[in-house]
Amino acid sequence: MPQSTFPILLRFLGSMNLAITLLVAIAVAAVIGTVVQQNQPYPDYVLKFGPFWFEVFKSLDLYNVYSSAWFLSILGFLVLSTSVCVYRNLPHVLRDLNDYREHSQRSALSRLPHQHTFANELDTQANLARIAALLQRHHYRFRHNDAQTGLLIAAKKGSGGRLGYIFSHVAIIVICVGGLMDGNLPLKIAEWRGEIAVETRRIPAGEIPPISTLSAENSSFRANIDIAEGGQSNLAFIDYKDGYLLQKLPFTLQVDDFRIEHYPSGQPKSFESDLTVIAPSLPRPLKQTISVNHPLTFKGYTIYQNSFGDGGSKLHLRTWPLYSAANPGRLTATVKQFTQLDDHQLEISDFRPFNVNPDPSGEKKFINLGPSFQYKLRQADGTANEYLTYMQPIEQEGRWFYLSGMRGKVSEQFNYWFLPADREKRPARFMAFYHSLRNPEILHAIAMQTAASSDSGKQSSNDDRQKVARFMQSLAEQFIEGGQEKITAMLEQSVAPEKRPEASAVYSAVYSAVLQRLLKNVYLQVLRQERIDVNQPMSDFDSQFLLDALAAVNLAHVYAAPVFLELESFQHIEATGLQITRSPGQWLVFPGCLLLVLGVFCMFYLPQRRLWILLENTASGSVLLLAGSAQRNRYDFDREFELIKQQLTQPTTSVL
Amino acid sequence: MDNTLPQPFPQPSYLQARSAYDWLWAALVLMGAGHAFSQYQALMDAYEVGILLVSALFLIWLGWSWPVLKNFSLCVASFSLWAISVYGGDLSRAENAFILKYLFSSQSAIMWMSALYVMATLAYFGFLLSGREFIGNVASALTWSATAMGLTGLMVRWRESYLLGADIGHIPVSNLYEVFILFAIITALLYLHYEQHYQTRSLGAFVLLVISAAVGFLLWYTFDRHADGIQPLVPALNSYWMKIHVPANFVGYGAFSLAAMIGLVFVLKSRAHQGLLLARLPDLALLDDLIYKAIALGFAFFTLATILGALWAAEAWGGYWSWDPKETWALIVWLNYAAWLHMRLTKGWSGKPMAWWAIIGFFVTLFAFLGVNMFLSGLHSYGEL
Ligand code: HEM
Repeated sequence: MPQSTFPILLRFLGSMNLAITLLVAIAVAAVIGTVVQQNQPYPDYVLKFGPFWFEVFKSLDLYNVYSSAWFLSILGFLVLSTSVCVYRNLPHVLRDLNDYREHSQRSALSRLPHQHTFANELDTQANLARIAALLQRHHYRFRHNDAQTGLLIAAKKGSGGRLGYIFSHVAIIVICVGGLMDGNLPLKIAEWRGEIAVETRRIPAGEIPPISTLSAENSSFRANIDIAEGGQSNLAFIDYKDGYLLQKLPFTLQVDDFRIEHYPSGQPKSFESDLTVIAPSLPRPLKQTISVNHPLTFKGYTIYQNSFGDGGSKLHLRTWPLYSAANPGRLTATVKQFTQLDDHQLEISDFRPFNVNPDPSGEKKFINLGPSFQYKLRQADGTANEYLTYMQPIEQEGRWFYLSGMRGKVSEQFNYWFLPADREKRPARFMAFYHSLRNPEILHAIAMQTAASSDSGKQSSNDDRQKVARFMQSLAEQFIEGGQEKITAMLEQSVAPEKRPEASAVYSAVYSAVLQRLLKNVYLQVLRQERIDVNQPMSDFDSQFLLDALAAVNLAHVYAAPVFLELESFQHIEATGLQITRSPGQWLVFPGCLLLVLGVFCMFYLPQRRLWILLENTASGSVLLLAGSAQRNRYDFDREFELIKQQLTQPTTSVL
Repeated sequence: MDNTLPQPFPQPSYLQARSAYDWLWAALVLMGAGHAFSQYQALMDAYEVGILLVSALFLIWLGWSWPVLKNFSLCVASFSLWAISVYGGDLSRAENAFILKYLFSSQSAIMWMSALYVMATLAYFGFLLSGREFIGNVASALTWSATAMGLTGLMVRWRESYLLGADIGHIPVSNLYEVFILFAIITALLYLHYEQHYQTRSLGAFVLLVISAAVGFLLWYTFDRHADGIQPLVPALNSYWMKIHVPANFVGYGAFSLAAMIGLVFVLKSRAHQGLLLARLPDLALLDDLIYKAIALGFAFFTLATILGALWAAEAWGGYWSWDPKETWALIVWLNYAAWLHMRLTKGWSGKPMAWWAIIGFFVTLFAFLGVNMFLSGLHSYGEL
């Protein structure tokens, strides 16, 4: 290396221009990282940016900016640049700390912006004492020196400003190094060397290959694990890029209990876990309760209460078939597991033991709608609808309904199906009604009765009645399959376009009258089975129920589920979400932070100021030159200088 | 000591220089802190007791360094204690006790604050246009009153949150509504300090513009979004860290806003060449220095706040730095002002470019404060708009 290269390199690395460029570059990179949401699943990015830009951005590492090679290099350069800067400035600063500039020349002093020359009648000794007192009062330290032209008193204060520079810049280096130790730079390097590979499949922990598994010796990580109450684990997961890595733990975490408290609004107030840590290195298991803001720390590991969720609650369900008139069945399903339900797969994703909502009536502030569970019904072809069903019927204008929401896509809102509850607040009557409609034999029999009982039917032939009955039945079938919509569509098809408006009005009136009669008779049949005397006028409840039931049947095709799942009882099992970290870098970062705060406050609030007073003997006393300099806070220094000047030039006889 | 020269410049130590009122002040603050401790001991953990003690000492120091603050604090304290005693243990008194309904319930006090700040802004403009000292005095008095009302409002709101339910109570710096009030108060106090120290009353019109804008937002947030209710804390916010992290942050935000508005004045003044108005504004050198001072103060507190935030995150989220958008934007703001300070202190830049930079810095700060909540999602649960 030619001799001059190294100093040039140093000068470049320690230059202010580079430092500012790096500061701005980091700021810009940070902006990018907040505008492009980080660490999302890759398919989401494809959707957002399209396949072309997805690839471009991916190659630029924009989905994990903060662990990208380019970002880390900028950080690295900042550390380097700051180090060089400190290295180059440290000698000056240290020299400056003890340098009073007591050898300054008169010519130099007289060029300073703050200066004042005056004379008094005291001799040098008296002046010196006087000045010393004044300087002390203003918290200056000083030295004096016999210059050629007289006595020079050199004073300064605020060395903290210079020290502050060292403190804060060393602090930045320390913090960055600590941060780099705790960041995923090590993972990055291991990945680059082919020692690890990210796992993107959802597979049981036991099947994760060793290449995606990190050993228990890993010295720095931040991993998550959900553990059900009573469960234990010695594994955790690290989110990495578009997948995860498995982190083995050198201890076993056991969750003895999990508790959650709620505000009246249903919002979680606090949650905490009773943990037992079992490790060969611990003499006996370590027991502690952790909660948000109160983690457990031991042997360099910290365990945080991070979140909570369902730990596999057992739901005891009653299955009411909707596509057939089959009998209801019973089923026990576990949250977060898959259960086969005829030709569908039932995937329960969540269970909530209660749902507190603001009360629309405003009488009480909140109402609890009771437990609910959320699930998908997946067909053989992989498509699925998602449902959210409440356990208990919910009151709406004095009537009670089972509520079950359906949506085709996760991004949509749930559309609720209102299934009327009977007098016992059960779905039984609606289901009996619906099953009768679904049962061709029952439907046919009732259609025949209905056809026969009508005024015209009484006189017509059996054949005609059959025809009418079949027509009614087919209307009812259309209604069940597609609701009012389907009947309307059918009507449209059967009427010539030019006659449509008037004709469909007439037809639809006739159709609906016919249909209503059949449906009502089916309903009466159901009431009869409940041993209700149908010869009496129908009670308000029963007639309202029919309307609600018809509304529900009308929308059954939108609900599009083969079964209605009624939650009969449950066993709630919660899981606690824990985060386990090991971050040795914090032992650099935290002291570094302290140093930084100290340094910054010193830099700003202990600025260096210098004063010089040059004393020259004359026949009648002394001539004094007062000069001062300050690097910053010029206005405050102006004031101070003015004050000192005033005090110094006071008539020496009027001394206090 | 008789043979030494008479001491020409008597040098009382810092403590000797304190007046009787200073000592009375210190005694009152300590008594107040003692009272708070004895009343609310059960609700405080060791850290909170520490915070109480340090805050009391800090307040004593503030009152000693800036004498007006003593009267101001005593005023706020008596308003707050009065309001709290009228409440007793019954929140519904807010509706039927006259003094609460029209003056000191937190909602009323904050409405008063809003109205007074707007009036103060107008008065400062009146002063700038007319140059009459009297109007200037009125403007400063209005700003002081607004600040007193706002601070009283926050104090009373603190108490109200406990009246709402012992487990709901918390310091009122937990959501966007509350911190906007804090922002207005802190910016005003910082400004009042500079106004007194440097005799720069003509800046008031500009600085109060930012505060009025904050008030405008607050009113919109109250009446359009009904965000003024006291909400229980999510578990992550329920920590003593909030009590120090948030106020430190807002000293930063307030100081940066102040710097930006002085920067604006600088730009306006350096553009025009004549005019009575401009003659009333402080000279450019002072403005330049004030911008530096405000940014230095903001930077120091923002550094502290960001570090406190990191410590808190280490305790609540499991890592001192997660590149969460709010955190990241705090870093961006910090880097921006670090670059500004370097330019000024090492390259000696000053004047117009630095004034413009201070103005741009305000928009960066504004984004970190509001934009992140509006446009980006993250862990900071300060209400979305
Ligand atoms: C993240 C990185 C950095 C931050 C946050 C930072 C922060 C600061 C601050 C706030 C000041 C000014 C305060 C004052 O003196 O009143 C300052 C001064 C200074 N910085 Fe930096 N700095 C950083 C990196 C660097 C680098 C890389 C260099 C080297 C080129 C550097 C060189 C200086 C110098 C020479 C001063 C003036 C010191 C003095 O006059 O007292 N800084 N720094």
